[in-house]
Amino acid sequence: MPETAAGGGGVPIELRAVTKRFPGAAAPAVNELDLTIAAGEIVVLLGPSGCGKTTTMRMINRLDEPTSGDILIGGRSARDIDPDRLRRNIGYVIQQAGLFPHLTVAANIAQVPRLLKWDSGRIARRVEELLTLVGLDPATFAQRYPRALSGGQQQRVGVARALAADPPVMLMDEPFGALDPITRERLQDELLRLQEELAKTIVFVTHDVDEALKIGDRIAIMERGARIVQYARPAEILTAPAGEYVEQYLGGGSSMRLLRLTKVGDIRLDSVPHATAGADARALLAQAEDEGRDFALVVDEAGRPRRWVSAADLAAARGPVGELGEETGPPIGHRMTLQDALEALLNADSDVVPVVGRGQAYAGVLSLSTVQNAIQAIKARERERRRRRLSGLTGDSGDGGSGDGGPGDSGSGPGGGA
Amino acid sequence: MTVSGSAAQQAAIPEPDVGRSWHMLLAPLIYLAVAAAMVAYTQLVPLDDIERSALRLPFLARRTWEHIRLVFYSTVLVLVVALPLGVLLTRRTLRRATPVVLAVVNVGQATPAVGLIVLLAVVFRIGFWTAVVALFAYSLLPTLRNTMVGLEQVDPRLIDAGRGIGMSAFGVLWRVELPMAVPVILSGVRTTLVLNVGTAGIAAFIGAGGLGDLITAGVSTQRNLVLITGCVLIAVLAMLIDWAGGVAQRLLSPKGLT
Repeated sequence: MPETAAGGGGVPIELRAVTKRFPGAAAPAVNELDLTIAAGEIVVLLGPSGCGKTTTMRMINRLDEPTSGDILIGGRSARDIDPDRLRRNIGYVIQQAGLFPHLTVAANIAQVPRLLKWDSGRIARRVEELLTLVGLDPATFAQRYPRALSGGQQQRVGVARALAADPPVMLMDEPFGALDPITRERLQDELLRLQEELAKTIVFVTHDVDEALKIGDRIAIMERGARIVQYARPAEILTAPAGEYVEQYLGGGSSMRLLRLTKVGDIRLDSVPHATAGADARALLAQAEDEGRDFALVVDEAGRPRRWVSAADLAAARGPVGELGEETGPPIGHRMTLQDALEALLNADSDVVPVVGRGQAYAGVLSLSTVQNAIQAIKARERERRRRRLSGLTGDSGDGGSGDGGPGDSGSGPGGGA
Repeated sequence: MTVSGSAAQQAAIPEPDVGRSWHMLLAPLIYLAVAAAMVAYTQLVPLDDIERSALRLPFLARRTWEHIRLVFYSTVLVLVVALPLGVLLTRRTLRRATPVVLAVVNVGQATPAVGLIVLLAVVFRIGFWTAVVALFAYSLLPTLRNTMVGLEQVDPRLIDAGRGIGMSAFGVLWRVELPMAVPVILSGVRTTLVLNVGTAGIAAFIGAGGLGDLITAGVSTQRNLVLITGCVLIAVLAMLIDWAGGVAQRLLSPKGLT
């Protein structure tokens, strides 16, 4: 998790006792809201419709003016900045992209640079760069009109438009809400990929729990009046929901969601004895016996997993390992989610599947019990962390949220299969 | 404004290229042929003195030119008033004034055109400019209403998106709202034009000239040929202008809207 990765891209945002009262409304839409958003993080505002999450977001770029309170962007009060100028430095993406239908894709993206009075050569270069960045071929798409684009393509253009002037902050108001599930999933992945490069401070509004868990570095779960019920990292929200409201909102299935949230590379993997085909079979056998395994892994020169070889085969062999054993089948990538890895495990011929890291090189192995242990370890860790923080803050860990609070159940034994 | 570089774009994307196909020209050619046939007929058949003086070619040309000027000036006046007024009445702060203004403008439209023009002639004086003002009052509504409708039907999310990326209120109006409203506004202008061509016929009542002169002369001297010539020429002029309006609407409407 890039919690501390401030990058070069983002600036922090701080909401201080922000209240928004719309004329004629009985209750304020946003009531005395305090929220700190770290630079370079994606913070998701999650809540039912009408809870004030969109209003909260719109106050950051002053599309709605706070009735009281203050919003600091990169340390400066938004109040002190001319709203039009402020907004040119804050990317804004809305549902169904909000592209101008009478302008070409290129002209849509060029709007903000134009407002900033860039010269036309620079704008043209930037447009091309951005289209490539969001995965659209400039030659094909630059001169098209939005109506000739699919919903997903339009939303890509919407993101490109928001990024045009390289703003430190992006506001995204249910940007993927109107897309079909497959396109939505793909765009979420691409947003995360982009964010890894750009490290913007992103405020992302949604009512979709899974989207929030997937996208957010932190999630602020809101109820009416934009009251924040819990503001925490996704794993903590899943493992230690703060009270009934959050639990209800999550709607169960927290372990499955943890699987989706966790990358293979983030958990502790098992290891098996491994060597290249040129290595001595006896030596590999001895290593396997040492580690209590009755099989070993043969890797190629680049360290890529190739073949499983059993202890019996090794014992019968003389000299180098050579072409003993059988193919491993497709490995699991270290960037896969645990859910995808689990799927691969269930479909594999063997109980154990090799995991590869950079350059497809061997990084460890995964089995069903590895996954199980990892989930339990995460839960235990999150519970521990929350318990420690609460006791540190209040001296009492009896917060309503921890219905399953005892940290004793899965103890301290992660990676027990090793 | 928004159609810059349109040649390159049209080469890249096959847009329905209605504006240039040859049968677009068929209708105006037929209209012109009708007018030419009518005029040729008046020049060839034997005429009495009254008819001859009313149907001399230079006289016809002058009356036609007067008619076009009446339509031109009254329409320009409508544009100058209706476009800014339409924009103002759709701004949030002035929206409340809309019913009042529309009621006033409606009076202009609802009053019988002949009554209005004579009334104005009584109040001011007879002549060309009084007729222009009368035509203006009579044909203001379509353009004004379409300007307002055109602006109001722009998706509010687009306005929000425009403001959200840092356009000023005027920038959103100029770069988003007006271009998007162009098709609707132009169809209002087209209605105004056609109304004006027809109504300009009664400008003759207050000595403002135009093809209406032929009609009044034809009626008062009981020369049907003169009367019919005036009617045909006005009708042809109306259809030609309506056609031109249609072409303008196609060419000026921003591409990318259906």
